[in-house]
Amino acid sequence: MAVSTIFIANRGEIAVRVIRAARELGLRTVQAVSAADGDMLAARLADAVAPIGPAHATKSYLNKEAVVRAALESGCDAVHPGYGFLSENADFARMVEEAGLVFIGPKPETIRQMGDKARARQEAQAAGVPTVPGTEGVVADFDIAKAEATRIGYPVMIKAAAGGGGRGIRVARDEAELATLFPQASGEARAAFGDGGLYLERFIGRARHIEVQVLGDGKRAVHLFERECSLQRRRQKVWEEAPAACLSEEQRAVLCASAVRLAERVGYRGAGTLEYLFDDETGEFFFIEMNTRIQVEHPVTEMVTGVDLVRAMIRIAMGEPLALAQEDIALRGHAIEARICAEDPAADFRPSPGTVAALTLPGGFGVRFDTLLYAGYSVPPFYDSLLGKLIAHDESRAAAIARLDRALGELVVEGLPTTAPLHRALAADPAVQSGKVHTRWLEEWLAAAPLAAPSAASASIPVTAA
Amino acid sequence: MAKTIQAPLPGTFYRASAPGEPPFKLEGDAVAVGDTVGLIEVMKSFTPVVAEEAGMLITFHVENEDAVMAGQPLYDLA
Repeated sequence: MAVSTIFIANRGEIAVRVIRAARELGLRTVQAVSAADGDMLAARLADAVAPIGPAHATKSYLNKEAVVRAALESGCDAVHPGYGFLSENADFARMVEEAGLVFIGPKPETIRQMGDKARARQEAQAAGVPTVPGTEGVVADFDIAKAEATRIGYPVMIKAAAGGGGRGIRVARDEAELATLFPQASGEARAAFGDGGLYLERFIGRARHIEVQVLGDGKRAVHLFERECSLQRRRQKVWEEAPAACLSEEQRAVLCASAVRLAERVGYRGAGTLEYLFDDETGEFFFIEMNTRIQVEHPVTEMVTGVDLVRAMIRIAMGEPLALAQEDIALRGHAIEARICAEDPAADFRPSPGTVAALTLPGGFGVRFDTLLYAGYSVPPFYDSLLGKLIAHDESRAAAIARLDRALGELVVEGLPTTAPLHRALAADPAVQSGKVHTRWLEEWLAAAPLAAPSAASASIPVTAA
Repeated sequence: MAKTIQAPLPGTFYRASAPGEPPFKLEGDAVAVGDTVGLIEVMKSFTPVVAEEAGMLITFHVENEDAVMAGQPLYDLA
């Protein structure tokens, strides 16, 4: 499939990232813009812009018809969906293909298959990839629950089949607690959802979030090792690393091989990520879901493998076979990404859109800053708060932390508060330095010692570690 | 005499708590101090627009899901 012009169906820093990759491949780009985004960096860098609707994302970046129409009318022959928005929408991918355009991502049926958690879990099991132990479907009564819980292993999580978003979830540490909580949970689920159906799943109290990057061409797949993204706030990743320093070489090999098996089983095409929970205490890992798109934190993988993932996904979409064999891909050093967001860490992470009065960017050896910022830009309030990703790469994890801290010290964003002070405090924290973290660690750390209040323009002033 | 209430912050204005839910306030409704009149979404975080004055809501200046700037007229009270 000959591709000459890519439609960027996204915004912000990832749009900039895709434009850069396209330009290096000699391709033109047309940037989708909502009414609020005419001035964004990606719109300035692209060869052309195409308006797709009002500021509100449901009427622009999430409007499938408007996006496909704009791609066609602007003479594009391919669409890159970025992350978020329509990137994992199988209907959108199909519409793009039916319009005669190349979708830079997996096949629509793969998006649908892996987007359905139950089907993805079945595929994982069929590929021999461990999943979180649990019941297959709803548990009929307490006697069955008791037997199943013994098989799964305590502590178990009791979940309402009709629940969602964390509602109706309870944790039983032993059989006595299960005997109390099971009927309670069933009654509550019936009252709340009109359905008392419950299922059980192993509760992993102290889990790390580990994910494996894969690339596939529809036939063959390779892994590009793993990332650890355990530092999260409200289920949003804050700080990401590659590789996961907690894994042994043997664990890493088993984990990454499992990801390749699943990617090849589903005929995966493009860049994708398999997310796992890793139980530090037992050394077990469990597949939870697959993200069928490029991810925010892809640069840490690029830094430690030297592979340009966005370029690779474009080439695969153009019909080229995977250019890499597994033995071509090696890990070199350690990389860390700090998400710099327009939020005030001293005011409970209040979102803080505004105008960038002045900007000093970090630089130097091993430092990369993928950002949407420029001096004078007004960050609109309508989209998420990510301003950029500061990435430090060095020979070792300790050196990468020191380099990240050095680069954070150089970053000055005047005019709006950012989360840079949070990252400086994290870089200085002994638990972060020793890697002794889990997915709830950051929230507990913030609750125990909220960050001191720096003034809005003082992102460059070191914050005393709490 | 009508008094115009302005948006306290920039973002997306919503008249209901969720799509399909009834609006917080209709034109002609009484508004008491402390009533929620709408929501403003700033970077995926929702802040209620809480009435600081009582009166009767005469008219909205913005539609549901409209982009608003801080200080832009939201609604009139009489």
